[in-house]
Amino acid sequence: MFQMLCYSPLALDIPSIRRQFPILSQRIGAYPLVYLDNAATTQKPKTVLDAMTHFYETSNANPHRGLYPLADRATQAYEDARSRVATFIHATRPEEIVFTKSTTESINIIAKCWGRTLRAGDVIALSVLEHHSNIVPWLQLKEERGIDIAWIDADGTGRLNMETLEKILGEKHVKLLSLSALSNVLGTAPPLQDIIAMAHRAQCLVLLDAAQAVAHHPIDVRELDADFLAFSSHKLYGPTGIGVLWGRERLLDAMPPMLGGGMMIDEVDCDHFTFAEIPQRFEGGTPPVADAVGLHAAIDWLTQFPWQEIEMHERSLLTTAQNELSKIEGLSILGGTSQERSGSLSFTLDGIHPHDLAELLGQRGICVRAGHHCAQPLHRHFAAPASTRLSVALYNTEEEIFALAAAIQEILPPFR
Amino acid sequence: MDLYAENILDHFRHPHRKAALTRHSVELQEKNPSCGDSLTLMLRMKKNTIEDVGWEGEGCAISQASMSILADALIGKTIEAAQALSPKDILAMLGVEVGPRRLKCALLSLHALRNALRKFQNLPPTPWREVLPNA
Ligand SMILES: Cc1ncc(COP(=O)(O)O)c(C=O)c1O
Repeated sequence: MFQMLCYSPLALDIPSIRRQFPILSQRIGAYPLVYLDNAATTQKPKTVLDAMTHFYETSNANPHRGLYPLADRATQAYEDARSRVATFIHATRPEEIVFTKSTTESINIIAKCWGRTLRAGDVIALSVLEHHSNIVPWLQLKEERGIDIAWIDADGTGRLNMETLEKILGEKHVKLLSLSALSNVLGTAPPLQDIIAMAHRAQCLVLLDAAQAVAHHPIDVRELDADFLAFSSHKLYGPTGIGVLWGRERLLDAMPPMLGGGMMIDEVDCDHFTFAEIPQRFEGGTPPVADAVGLHAAIDWLTQFPWQEIEMHERSLLTTAQNELSKIEGLSILGGTSQERSGSLSFTLDGIHPHDLAELLGQRGICVRAGHHCAQPLHRHFAAPASTRLSVALYNTEEEIFALAAAIQEILPPFR
Repeated sequence: MDLYAENILDHFRHPHRKAALTRHSVELQEKNPSCGDSLTLMLRMKKNTIEDVGWEGEGCAISQASMSILADALIGKTIEAAQALSPKDILAMLGVEVGPRRLKCALLSLHALRNALRKFQNLPPTPWREVLPNA
């Protein structure tokens, strides 16, 4: 509410931003498309689509392999993308950026390659806010190596219990804390800087799952003093099929590769191989070059807008959503209303299952997510088997939020 | 026809046979973990015939209405007849057009029924892919 009052004259030109997204102009039957499932994946601006097409039309070749000019261009495009990602998250050097398939693969690389040195009894700490892709790789390690997982609980608003964290760090030798930088269900962020400092005092490394945070807030891995960070291009206005793993150089350097194949090796003979330097060591096989070009374009596109403006716009959308949804009888927002929410907001509604609600909203052109959003422990924490989630992006408008609230009011009566 | 036709909403609001059976021959739970739908089906058998049906559950209107409608249809059926029920039969009972998105919701009841009958006969459960028609 307050934020809206101090909207600066430089405020974003949303209609013009919307026009840059070809998909947003379509209609679903008689209804305009209202896309509020941005935490699942964002739509892509034309510049991203054009950059990828342009790459395929002018520069496509297998990078790091051919000895002809086209291959040089492909290599250059791929490595430029890496450098762009490095500056985007303030990495010390481009070699600390590993291109993966997704956040999921990035976290799995840490669990499987860095985790190879873990032994029975070693502890990994997670929070109840985590997405399954930041839970299952660790459960696999628990099965395979007998490590222990320590859980940080949360209160009714989704705020992590810092005393539990303190206790876990004090009592056990926690090797790594793997933590979502922004919840994909609640839209709340833990106090990262404090937590990282606490963990480091206990000799514990920190992996940040920035899948959600990356499109909504600036990220500076050096200022945060994180050790590893993972995100996906497709939640950042970029293409699917490419993700990022950032790690401190000395940590990555000590890790063995994940996939064996081309690109990741130095020398191979019939019974022996040596692996390549970072980051190629973790990029076995032909990489997604056009997707890297798309990610590069997406970062360029997003960073043309000041972060403050992005945060202000998205926050005012969620504030409006909270105000409008709170008027609906029997609706409860997971974690309650909060001024500190960004990205996502999830709720339950008496009398109607989220799947029915999402289906009927979908028929009216409104896209929201229903289910547990790959966060079953968090839903158990709130004793809700499922919820409905709306999640915003830069191109969403207040009108869309009003349309959502009005549609819910329309859908409800026959269910009650 | 509209997925949320009056008969579906009727069964959802006022489900038939939604209560635990005090004496049952077999009880089995199936879930749709992806959406949190769950059904617990109880059957009382008399020799080879389903004498009574009860169920408990929670979830979307489609999954719950489907169980409610199927529960009525099961009374007096033999094991063979109940086991022969196909996804097509269930969809016909629902009487609405169920798209691929909601097929699992609509067929959770059949999945539970098949595995309840198998459990009664001491057979191992079948996986989802046996229920979904070429999905
Ligand atoms: C917090 C969080 N972590 C991880 C992921 C997984 O991302 P991806 O599916 O791109 O690997 C998601 C996306 O759903 C997410 O929201």
